[in-house]
Amino acid sequence: MINIALPKGRLGEKVYQKLKNAGYACPSIEENNRKLIFENEETGVRYFWVKPSDVSIYVERGAADIGVCGKDILAEYMPDVYELLDLKTGVCRMAVAAKKEFYDNGERTLKVATKFVNVAKAYYAKKGRQIDVIKLNGSIEIAPILGLSDVIVDIVETGTTLKENDLEVKETIFPISARLIANKASFKFKTKEIETLTDRLLQQLD
Amino acid sequence: MTQAVLKKQERVSLALRELFRKYGYAPYKMNKFEAYDLYVANKDFLVSDGIITFNDTDGKLLALKPDVTLSIIKNATDGETSKVFYNENVYRISGETKQYKEIMQVGLERIGDTDVYALYETVYLAAQSLQAISENFVLDVSHLGILSALFEEIGAGERFNGKIMRLLAQKNAHGISEICKEYAILEKQKDKLFTIVRTYGDIQTVLKTLAPLCESKAMQEAYNELSAVCGLLLKTELAEKIRLDFSVVHNMNYYNGFVFKGFVEGIGEGVLSGGQYDRLMARMNRKAGGIGFAVYLDLLEGFGECKSGFDVDALVLYDDATDLKTLAQTVNSFIADGKSVNALKSQGKIRCKELVDLTGGGK
Repeated sequence: MINIALPKGRLGEKVYQKLKNAGYACPSIEENNRKLIFENEETGVRYFWVKPSDVSIYVERGAADIGVCGKDILAEYMPDVYELLDLKTGVCRMAVAAKKEFYDNGERTLKVATKFVNVAKAYYAKKGRQIDVIKLNGSIEIAPILGLSDVIVDIVETGTTLKENDLEVKETIFPISARLIANKASFKFKTKEIETLTDRLLQQLD
Repeated sequence: MTQAVLKKQERVSLALRELFRKYGYAPYKMNKFEAYDLYVANKDFLVSDGIITFNDTDGKLLALKPDVTLSIIKNATDGETSKVFYNENVYRISGETKQYKEIMQVGLERIGDTDVYALYETVYLAAQSLQAISENFVLDVSHLGILSALFEEIGAGERFNGKIMRLLAQKNAHGISEICKEYAILEKQKDKLFTIVRTYGDIQTVLKTLAPLCESKAMQEAYNELSAVCGLLLKTELAEKIRLDFSVVHNMNYYNGFVFKGFVEGIGEGVLSGGQYDRLMARMNRKAGGIGFAVYLDLLEGFGECKSGFDVDALVLYDDATDLKTLAQTVNSFIADGKSVNALKSQGKIRCKELVDLTGGGK
């Protein structure tokens, strides 16, 4: 039995469809109910929905053998897991955005609002730029508008939210897509099952 | 009876100490504190960043030891082979939650010559240590010499090497492909990196796949060492559970040659970690090699222990009216039968298999 942690939401549902097409269907997951864990003994899989940012924790600690997780989460938390596949879905980018008229002349400490504290710190440390990180948990875009921060470091998909709020991308930090991750210990004892699942899923991506 | 009283961690600790003694390792006892300087000079060697520090009465900064290896190296005598084992608590600050953690570790260090036999013996001891925890284990072994020789051949610089090491640790083939593109690595060398990230498993198959890759002198030397040690390991009864896997990577500033990591089915993290640290020895001005490993006993908490559902075999209830001689006799008779017993005035939350009520004079 392979335990699979899926991120709640659109991305998780999309990846489940791919897994289903790859032969890992689980009919009970498609029913409209409030269950949290779904099992299909025939195909040997047990799925569960968790908060996207928690997937890597479940996998790193071995509560899930494999999971689906955005590159943003992997870059922020650096979990000690295997990253077996780029699922090439949920594509977006980690970027620095600010008000259109903002210009960083480097004269003073840059105020950066973000959910991704470690990513922001690492990015500006590499540039040798001193920053003041303001950790926010949502609605990051509002920070530069209200003068809470100079810039934001956040995920940008289409850029519509930014545009509607008179903000724009100033720099791209790295591209993001969903990844298939595996617990290192589980991989040792379920090698064949995980390899087969990875190969079949890979065929679905082509 | 004695074994039953011991927790899994204690049983394993006992078994490992016995095992290490058999192979001529001597016990090593160390102080709880060390000068902070020792750790700060080799900070990257430590598994966790957080060190718990405090001042002594002279104002000198001390640390609650986060690691045992560094102290053993510091105290080793040059020119002598030293084989020691330890059973110590180390103190760390855990990553995300920043809590202080006390971690029970058992391990061994061999300082001096690290020839083929010494390497084989240490890896074999690591496998035997895992077997002491569970029959279902895997010991992943890698050779950093092969990787550093390949990096030399590629010659793309430290940054590239660092990135590749992180990706190897993740078995991240798509990431390697991107980095190779970014650094315009030759197709032939890229293929070698791909083979390394994709090759893992039983010793013989991996050695066979690896052989044609080792063209340079340095790579051949590393391969020959790996293959010589593997030759000896294949003769042992644990050969099947020892695998070659290049996703085991330790910091190359300290480690060279053999590195390994052990996993037990049912525990989500590696329970054993070790390797050859000749580079750390050189950094600490020691003219010898070193190899060792540690078993993280804290991860065994609750592992393989079946909960009985009872706190004691028998509970004897008594009150002021109970004849004390009868009470003492009842308790002693349970003990004589090899059962556990608790004599109390009320049951409270205690779960027992058998209840003897001697209250009200036992009527």
